[in-house]
Amino acid sequence: MIAIINTGCANINSVRFAFERLGVNPEVIRDPAQLKQFDRAVLPGVGHASVAMKRLRDQGWDTAIAEYQNPLMGICLGMQLLCDETEEGNVQCLGQIPGKVSYLETGQLTSPHMGWNTLSVCNAHPLTQGLNPDDQVYFVHSFAHASNANTLVESEYGTRFSAVVAKDNYAGMQFHPEKSAKVGATLLNNFLNWQL
Amino acid sequence: MLSKRIIPCLDVKNGQVVKGVKFKQHEIVGEILELAALYSQAGADELVFYEISASVEKRLLDVNWVRDIARHIDIPFCVAGGIKSVADAAKVLEQGADKISINSPAIARPELIKELHDEFGKQCVVVGIDSFFDANTGEYLVYQLTGDPNSASQTRYKASEWVQRVQELGAGEIVLNCMNQDGVRKGYDIEQLSNIRKQCDVPLIASGGAGVMQDFVDVFQQADVDGALAASVFHKQLIEIDALKQYLAANKVPCRL
Repeated sequence: MIAIINTGCANINSVRFAFERLGVNPEVIRDPAQLKQFDRAVLPGVGHASVAMKRLRDQGWDTAIAEYQNPLMGICLGMQLLCDETEEGNVQCLGQIPGKVSYLETGQLTSPHMGWNTLSVCNAHPLTQGLNPDDQVYFVHSFAHASNANTLVESEYGTRFSAVVAKDNYAGMQFHPEKSAKVGATLLNNFLNWQL
Repeated sequence: MLSKRIIPCLDVKNGQVVKGVKFKQHEIVGEILELAALYSQAGADELVFYEISASVEKRLLDVNWVRDIARHIDIPFCVAGGIKSVADAAKVLEQGADKISINSPAIARPELIKELHDEFGKQCVVVGIDSFFDANTGEYLVYQLTGDPNSASQTRYKASEWVQRVQELGAGEIVLNCMNQDGVRKGYDIEQLSNIRKQCDVPLIASGGAGVMQDFVDVFQQADVDGALAASVFHKQLIEIDALKQYLAANKVPCRL
């Protein structure tokens, strides 16, 4: 059974529908005490990091996520919240994935980074299976995690940054796999099949 | 490298997709979900749905079809039609839309752009602008309520002034439609788009006038827009999306194949 964590500030439906298209029915949960009953979990997120982090702490998700032993994946802001800290609102995050999230320096390019962009795999992992060099996914973000040893896949928009990261049972995707057509479906399937 | 986006636009009226010429004489093209699925499978990068009579009839669009789209379509989509408040926008985004686009309600009350920006973030807020070239003055003027020819009217804004203003208020993307070009398939208004590009720091989407595949190459290469929106060439199957993508790639326009 897969859980979608609903803190009340993310668009839950898109993620839920994407899993339903893959033939699984996720359960949307609002109570951190429920989390440990699930085989795997997704932390979606849109909006402002400081608002989302405050909700996670106020509702007790920080502890529940830290104690969770099964695969847990953050999407977009959800991924950033799993990292150590973010420049967006200068807040401490959940600290499950090493590294800092900073404003994405885009140079002459328009910001936010919005649209389909290419990926390059730097560390093979069960989550990156089936990715081809020309595959593209859909990004919408202004902040990004700087590549480090936990980066599995990079992308580039003005600067190189982490598109997929993983540490132990925690993972994150900066783009929206639920909106990334067939490539996104492959990646969500990889998450469903990921064995620790 | 970031791909240039190809965006089919579906004008929705009474639950069906319609298409007019210069915003008039609407004819039924097909069912919303069927066309949306067709275009997303064919390689469209994003879809835009405009419920064209919502603003004119002073009501919010019907959110029921938005949920159906979110359930079945695996690419991003934007929805427009009578969104006049944060509460309206929340209803649409909750159903699974990725972005909302506002046009006439933003002209009536520009602060709406800032309110939406503050609540949902810049990436959600698209401002649609209908511009009309006035040959007498040589100016591009902004029009409102263009969903119905009987209600369409000129506003006090020149297009360049309004583009500046909406960016200051927090728009995350601008769709610039040239009404003179709409549905006549003579090519995008490269001159206006190039000028607006210079003052537009957020993604700029060209709309109105696509007729042949070269029009898309021209607007990407000459006006450096981030996306190109089109309706009739796709609805009438004059251009197939996969063939268009191949043509763009052959002309060195970065795109998603």
